[in-house]
Amino acid sequence: MVQSPASPKPFRLWPFVFIAVVVGVAAIGFAYTAGWLSPHRLTPKKLVAALAPPGGPALGHRRNHAKGICFTGIFEANGDGSALSKAPVFVRGQYPIVGRFNLGTPNPNAEDAMVRVRGVGILITTPDGQQWRSAMINAPIFPVSNPQAFYDLLTASASKDPDAMKNFIAANPGFLTFLPWAKSDQWTESYAEEPYNSLNSFLFVDESGTKHPVRWSLIPAAQPVSISPQELAKRGPDYLEQEITQRVAAGPQHWNLMVTVAYPGDPTADPNKAWPADRRTINVGTMTVQQIEPEPNGPCRDINYDPTVLPAGITTSDDPFPAARSAAYSRSYNSRTAEEADYPRTATGARQ
Amino acid sequence: MTTTRTRFTAPQRLLHWLMAVCILSMLFIGVGMVSTVTTKYLTLVQIHKPLGIAILVLALIRLTLRLIYGSPALPADLPEPLKLAAISSQYIFYILMIAMPLIGWAMLSAAAYPVVLFGGVHLPPILPVSASLHTLLWRAHHYLAFAFFAVILAHVAGILFHKLVRNDGIFETMAPVLTHDHPESK
Ligand code: HEM
Ligand code: HEM
Ligand code: HEM
Repeated sequence: MVQSPASPKPFRLWPFVFIAVVVGVAAIGFAYTAGWLSPHRLTPKKLVAALAPPGGPALGHRRNHAKGICFTGIFEANGDGSALSKAPVFVRGQYPIVGRFNLGTPNPNAEDAMVRVRGVGILITTPDGQQWRSAMINAPIFPVSNPQAFYDLLTASASKDPDAMKNFIAANPGFLTFLPWAKSDQWTESYAEEPYNSLNSFLFVDESGTKHPVRWSLIPAAQPVSISPQELAKRGPDYLEQEITQRVAAGPQHWNLMVTVAYPGDPTADPNKAWPADRRTINVGTMTVQQIEPEPNGPCRDINYDPTVLPAGITTSDDPFPAARSAAYSRSYNSRTAEEADYPRTATGARQ
Repeated sequence: MTTTRTRFTAPQRLLHWLMAVCILSMLFIGVGMVSTVTTKYLTLVQIHKPLGIAILVLALIRLTLRLIYGSPALPADLPEPLKLAAISSQYIFYILMIAMPLIGWAMLSAAAYPVVLFGGVHLPPILPVSASLHTLLWRAHHYLAFAFFAVILAHVAGILFHKLVRNDGIFETMAPVLTHDHPESK
């Protein structure tokens, strides 16, 4: 078998062909995995690009929920959550929160009265270093049932085709159940008066390993004062941020964290479907907002409120949204943090 | 450092093949996860982090073995450019095998993410939170990943060339089992 190197070998083509095939197959497999050969695959890039207004995204800012203000506070667990989840955050005690009140718009300069959806991002850290991040909104249900439908909604609403929305609704009739809330003019006059809902379902895992499908909500202690968007507009474009700053300066604001447990068969995979109102709901603790800080130098600025950053004891469920959100938020985060120059920190109080 | 051995020692060969599988998987997992919004995304990310850290640990063990046992000498008749390519590719591999996981870990640290390996087990941050550091590392992780894949393709092409065209015994130095060729064949 072994050829003496002295005797020149006859040139053979097949080894080169073989090598080219091996390398070629590997390269094609790689390109396929990366999605380069599947232009129809819904990628985080496409999903995030679809959120951008016609003029392009606001550089340096979140690609959605771009207008917001930071807060710090505490979550005080009352211990009752431990029956459902072994996560340390439910053990009776106080844990620091870094959060962000925000408006559901890709425009950081949007007027408050133009945006129906209000949200909150929270990050709770326990002494062992585990984190629980959650981004929640005031809507009672999500407009669509799955991430592809969300993409379709974004493309339909940006489309010039007059039938685009009609076609979208025909394919996603669940959207209609979102409209009564979206069109109602019973808004509230403060971030502090809003409930914030996870909408997505997660699993709480207890000490015995049993999984409990849940959703959660922050229910405000403040009495909601109803206001129409027309009235809100008169109070100025940034009223909500001014109001929450003054309100919290005057006294801390509270929300109860309510966990709702599904019955078998409840639609855990579809945030467009509410669960029946009689489901068991447990108050697991209180969120207290103690201090408001503007976003440019605030502690929430460079946080990604990725809903899949969860402590042991909470996991994702069959709900397809958290995965899609995690992928999209990461993409948004990577873009906006790379554009820091377009959204400079203010001169005073630069963060280290 | 080289030895008179004609093959890498068994632990070195074992590590080479184990890591070859791990690293190739990591590259496919990496590009696959950043291009999907399905639930596969979370599964892949959950594999990517612990497997990447495992590669870091294995690479450090491998480097130690390499420093202890050295490597078989390259064939004396290997043309200079090929010799250079063989030696430099070894350096590049070691750098990438150690740098990629460190960059991944540092990138997550700079973005204030917890570096969760599994369950409640997580690694401490190795960098302060910083948008500019995150951006630098994120770009490095991305471009080096593609460079890594390219170097691996070249490596595989090169090894096959040594085996199928030159049949000079280099392939046998790392072959998992002895092939019918004499390993010491020139
Ligand atoms: C597939 C569907 C969704 C997509 C593509 C999407 C996209 C995004 C993006 C790109 C951001 C900015 C992330 C960042 O740069 O940090 C964001 C923020 C946010 N999203 Fe979503 N989202 C989706 C579903 C949801 C759902 C179901 C909820 C509520 C239950 C929600 C609530 C929020 C909130 C509150 C924020 C602001 C978080 C913060 O303050 O950083 N989103 N979303
Ligand atoms: C992920 C893929 C791979 C990586 C990262 C990799 C890495 C390396 C490294 C670092 C060395 C130097 C040996 C040492 O000092 O430990 C090496 C040598 C070697 N590899 Fe690989 N390898 C990969 C895949 C392969 C494959 C697929 C083959 C075979 C088809 C192969 C065959 C060899 C051989 C024969 C050697 C010894 C030749 C020499 O001394 O340069 N490798 N590899
Ligand atoms: C040998 C080790 C590793 C290899 C070969 C590797 C490879 C890759 C690849 C190919 C990508 C996709 C890049 C792109 O298309 O933009 C990626 C992304 C990523 N990797 Fe790794 N990786 C390694 C180690 C790690 C480690 C140890 C961590 C963290 C602990 C990590 C965290 C990440 C993250 C978070 C992303 C997503 C980046 C983004 O948001 O775009 N990697 N990696």
